[in-house]
Amino acid sequence: MQAQSSVLPLSVSDLGFETDGRALLSGVSFSLPQGGITAVVGPNGAGKSLLLRLCHGLLTPSSGTVRWAAGDGVLGGRKRHAMVFQKPVMLRRSVRANMDHALAAAGWDAGSRAERSQAALSRFGLAALADRPARLLSGGEQQRLAVARAWALAPEVIFLDEPCSNLDPGATVRIEAMLAELAAEGVTLMMTTHDLAQARRSAGRVLFLDRGDLVEDASAETFFDAPRTAQARAFLRGDLLW
Amino acid sequence: MTFTDALAAALDLVLGLDPRFTEVVGLSLRVTLSAVFLAAVIGLPLGALLGIARFPGRSGVIVLVNAMMGLPPVVAGLLLFLLLSRSGPLGSLGLLFTPGAMIAAQTLLVLPIVVALTRQTVEDLWTEYRDHLHSLGMTGARAVPTLLWDARFALATALLAGFGRASAEVGAVLIVGGNIAGYTRTMTTAIALETSKGDLALALGLGFVLLVLTLFVNGAAYGASRIGARAAG
Repeated sequence: MQAQSSVLPLSVSDLGFETDGRALLSGVSFSLPQGGITAVVGPNGAGKSLLLRLCHGLLTPSSGTVRWAAGDGVLGGRKRHAMVFQKPVMLRRSVRANMDHALAAAGWDAGSRAERSQAALSRFGLAALADRPARLLSGGEQQRLAVARAWALAPEVIFLDEPCSNLDPGATVRIEAMLAELAAEGVTLMMTTHDLAQARRSAGRVLFLDRGDLVEDASAETFFDAPRTAQARAFLRGDLLW
Repeated sequence: MTFTDALAAALDLVLGLDPRFTEVVGLSLRVTLSAVFLAAVIGLPLGALLGIARFPGRSGVIVLVNAMMGLPPVVAGLLLFLLLSRSGPLGSLGLLFTPGAMIAAQTLLVLPIVVALTRQTVEDLWTEYRDHLHSLGMTGARAVPTLLWDARFALATALLAGFGRASAEVGAVLIVGGNIAGYTRTMTTAIALETSKGDLALALGLGFVLLVLTLFVNGAAYGASRIGARAAG
């Protein structure tokens, strides 16, 4: 029964992706169990976003597999993983209509939609902005809407691609607090970040990628205090990796 | 008849809602609005699909559609005339020299504008929305309603551009409509005819209405883009 009630763990094995004959990701294997925040770190071009996109199914791997424990990531007719993008995609509609659109697309019927949408707006402090055009919100508000929109779909896993990279410190703190709350409620989060302080603050586990290889997979404590590889040590020191 | 006399007579026709005049204006609007409606029904989804689909020969299709925007109305009229004439492949429909044929001709002129502008707008929007819509499981044709709705203000402008082209053209409706008084005479064909006959009053009156219409269409297009900018960002 356990197997049918969750799409987790996610098993990624020997995952590779190449384009125009150039390998951007190769031989990546790890397992993502239920719970916690996993940070994917590494220099620019290491393949962090790519890894998330492959896990979320936006791209098809060139080699290897992304396997969910059940139903290909879909249970009860609904996709159980959602994604928040670096630059939040705001439809040219009101905040509430953005929420409704996502729920409708994901197969929620009209009856349950309004209630769910209102719950998500209230929970993430967006109720007062519900009728405003989404694209006229501030950057922080837009990212909050993106997270709320992902949460509304009731996913087990939320992938976040640099969720705070365009935000000021105040908005970043607010997003981090929201993510911590979600994690505390049992939502599994996997996010890329170039902000090591953020990874240290939020994550329990770190995946360190360098040039398409998964170099370290460790608890955040181990990774930051006693990195195993020379590459990780150099990265943490702020050396440029070539 | 001097120019001022003609102008005064034209004003009488317009302000007095002379039936000779209102009939022509009414038919013109009916034909052009029907053509724009048909072009929208066919062209919006077609343009959107062309915007998001990737297939061999796509660039060729896009160039062709763009080129068709410049299709000379008389050529469109001639092609349709050949199709609809007694001995033509669609001759049995008996459409030649009817408002129906004129609607078909103008649809042919408006359709490339709608398809080409929709394709461009939707393609830009798709680039921005693709990841999010894919993430929600909306791929291919399922994404079209979302994209069309979110492009609504730009698409309103495209339809108005189509309306502008159709209401101003004379060649196509003249050839397939025949400019029959009281049946297929539109503002543009009437202006051409009345000018050559020397009835400057009616020609001027209709010309005035066409100008006002053009002004109105451009005002509406500008308004749509302003509202769009304010409402949707």
